[in-house]
Amino acid sequence: MIRLAAAIVVLWAITTALMLIPDWTALRASREADPIDGLLKTTIVISSFVFSLVVVLLGYAVWRFRAKPGDESDGKPIHGSTRLEIIWTVIPTLIVLFLGAYSWIVLDDIESEAAESMPVHVIAQQFAWKFEYPEQGVVSEELHVPVGTQLDLRLTALDVVHSFWVPEWRIKRDLVPMAEGNPSDVDNTVRVTPDREGHFQLVCAELCGLGHAVMRAPVVVESEQEFEQWVAEQQPLEEGGGGQSEGAEAGAGA
Amino acid sequence: MLAALKRPGLARGWFGFLVGGGLGFGLVVALRAISGLEIFQTEPTGYPHVVVPAITAPLGFLAGIGCFDYWIRWAIGRPTVPEDHSQHGAYSWKDYFRFNTDHKVIGIQYIVTTFFFFFLGGLAAFAVRAELAAPGTQIVDGQFFNGLFSTHAAFMLFLFIIPIFAGIGNYVLPLMIGAPDMAFPRLNALSFWMLPMAGLIFIASFFVPGGTFDAGWTGYAPLATGAPLGQSFFNLGVQFAGASSIMAALNFIVTIITMRAPGMTFWRMPLLAWANLSTSLLIVAATPFIAGAQFMVLFDRVLHTNFFQAAFGGDVLSYQHIFWFYSHPAVYIMILPGFGIISEVVSTHARKPIFGYRLMALALIGIVVLSYTVWAHHMFVSGMFSWLRVPMMITTILIAVPTGIKIFNWLGTLFDSVLHLKSTAMLFSLAFIVTFTIGGISGVMLGMVPIDIHVSDTYFVVAHFHFVLFGGSVFTVFAGIYHWFPKMTGRMYDERLGRIHFWMTWIGLLGTFIPMHWLGLQGMPRRVADYAAEFGDWNLVVTIFSFVLGLAQLVFVYNMVVSWKWGPKAGPNPWRAKTIEWLVSSPPPVFNFDRIPRVVGGPYEFGVPGARHAILEEDEGAEIKPAQPAVAGAAGAGEAAT
Repeated sequence: MIRLAAAIVVLWAITTALMLIPDWTALRASREADPIDGLLKTTIVISSFVFSLVVVLLGYAVWRFRAKPGDESDGKPIHGSTRLEIIWTVIPTLIVLFLGAYSWIVLDDIESEAAESMPVHVIAQQFAWKFEYPEQGVVSEELHVPVGTQLDLRLTALDVVHSFWVPEWRIKRDLVPMAEGNPSDVDNTVRVTPDREGHFQLVCAELCGLGHAVMRAPVVVESEQEFEQWVAEQQPLEEGGGGQSEGAEAGAGA
Repeated sequence: MLAALKRPGLARGWFGFLVGGGLGFGLVVALRAISGLEIFQTEPTGYPHVVVPAITAPLGFLAGIGCFDYWIRWAIGRPTVPEDHSQHGAYSWKDYFRFNTDHKVIGIQYIVTTFFFFFLGGLAAFAVRAELAAPGTQIVDGQFFNGLFSTHAAFMLFLFIIPIFAGIGNYVLPLMIGAPDMAFPRLNALSFWMLPMAGLIFIASFFVPGGTFDAGWTGYAPLATGAPLGQSFFNLGVQFAGASSIMAALNFIVTIITMRAPGMTFWRMPLLAWANLSTSLLIVAATPFIAGAQFMVLFDRVLHTNFFQAAFGGDVLSYQHIFWFYSHPAVYIMILPGFGIISEVVSTHARKPIFGYRLMALALIGIVVLSYTVWAHHMFVSGMFSWLRVPMMITTILIAVPTGIKIFNWLGTLFDSVLHLKSTAMLFSLAFIVTFTIGGISGVMLGMVPIDIHVSDTYFVVAHFHFVLFGGSVFTVFAGIYHWFPKMTGRMYDERLGRIHFWMTWIGLLGTFIPMHWLGLQGMPRRVADYAAEFGDWNLVVTIFSFVLGLAQLVFVYNMVVSWKWGPKAGPNPWRAKTIEWLVSSPPPVFNFDRIPRVVGGPYEFGVPGARHAILEEDEGAEIKPAQPAVAGAAGAGEAAT
């Protein structure tokens, strides 16, 4: 019994180490990535325990009770144990409720709205992305962000369902074709706060047709100054173009 | 030749196919001509002159092969013979290729047909993995690739995993509950024959303009509503597969509730019966929803309704709600019978009662009820009402509790047992316990919204469902096939080949699907023909192991075919099991029992000297009087007029 417990703990330690030490997730590059990664790590620790419990008990039973050749006898006529049933109903329930509560807390955290944010309209169509910056009055096919700013993404699709995902930011949300004024009440706004400068890639994460695999856009998180410089070089947004995609007038910015 | 066309059979079936197709085609052409419309409308989403025959031709086949003969004769007032067993039983291989009312024949028909689709789906997977072995597009273009994974999933889910359990259950269950057949043998045969029709429709989609359906097995609108003709074939194929499933489930429910042998109370019922009953309850209530969703897409396509057209007032997300309201219970449909099989195999090959039998049965019911409350966990990032996410998360992770109860009870069954590890069925069952735990763990992770936000629609999800579908469901299917092979064929399979199949499959599975967890976490989305270069190494590893996994199945097929023909003969009970199917010969007599058996104890009374589950001979123990059949229908097959 002690040896079984020890084996469970050892296997638990090994699997937890294997899962936590190498960095299996994408580089963290947003404020939201930290609580999500923390939740994932906690879940991994608990899951490794469940996994080692099952594997050790299974392995022990297979070794200890395997039939000797020619053994035609039956096992013991044990029908169950009410005490064990209660234990392995109550404890898993408590564990999953704990994970649920922790998840709820993390969800509220990653969706909390900062006092200041920068709206960006993301428009998806087969098979390209477009980004409109209503406050700066520009439109671009690249997503540039001043580091540390919370983005207030407003998502629209023009044809089929697409999905916005920058793996390093963790945040993902589908873009759904909507009629004017969103009568079906699609929840098409999402917040993310990129906090690490660098070059990333936006990928489409919802099957949208033959170009789904290559529907990507460059994402650049840069300093405030570099961002302002970049804005100055972008195409201006058409008047009243919030969320619409008529396409900017041809003509270079100043 | 003319004689062959007059009697029910394959020849008349194909004739009916042509007639039905012709009538459908003619109807469309005539109506369009009369209305002054262009006769052959070839908008990619339209082609009514193809879509309507795609419905009427399979119906014509079903009529021709004889599915409706008896009912039509009865309905129009012609004389019928109540004890008409002319369509019953297999006396030669030809009996497997016609309308046959014997549940044992239908069971074999289901098993062989579904395994054919397993191999077709597997070929598609080979092609997918070959393309994904390296970044870039080497073998197929983006559109065909999308078609490959769509058909891979459609074949595997609708034409293999759901119906194979109907097939195994069909064969085993009436024997196991001491019944001479299912409650509705003709309906049973109709359920089977709808499957090859569904398969034909899916396969035909490869040959139509625009190619096969490529919007995934999930077929989300509006991608599906605007897709070419192949998508309509998906909509229709799902209807036939769904109808087959519903009819079979109805049959199981009525059979299990009304046709158990005398003495078999619910608490003396083997867990496979509990599992099939639970699954059937899921099927009859949930499947109409996917039928509805596919009809709505078809109508948007062909009839220009606007269910899912946002610009015309449609609600795009409603497709997902309706679809997943079925498709979540569907995944329990795909595993619950497997849970039943595992219980039968483990108790028999460990020579022990199932630990916690009653809670095992109640856990099945708990899973049935809970499974209707979780569908929106497939939609956490869809843009649906944000308040729905937390309640759906709670119900989703709570389902881990009854499932965990089952895992622990199987573990409990192994302690103080006498484990026979030589049996391949037992090997698959033990491995199932591990792989299903892994799949369950990733499932709980996916149920947690913030984690799902990151890994939804990535290879993490692909890893999860292949662990629970292959490492889960398919392993239970293999366990069941190996366990009941001697009963069905009267011969033993080769255990050494079984072990080779097991180890190759087990190693192939782990190597193929474990790395996918990391790929998803790292940033590789799913359903992509190409991916960022950094994912190349793990994808190559996955592809290599997937080829091992695929090749392993050839060992299985070889073993099954060769053993069926030339294996050593098996007695009635090679596993010394307790349930009723093992009391009769292998294979069983055509009408199962000379006398209805009488159940006198629980189904897993190993270790209790002299304990019996059921008694066949009435003179075993003078005090036991021959029991009257519990219900009139038990006395003869085909009695029910439906």
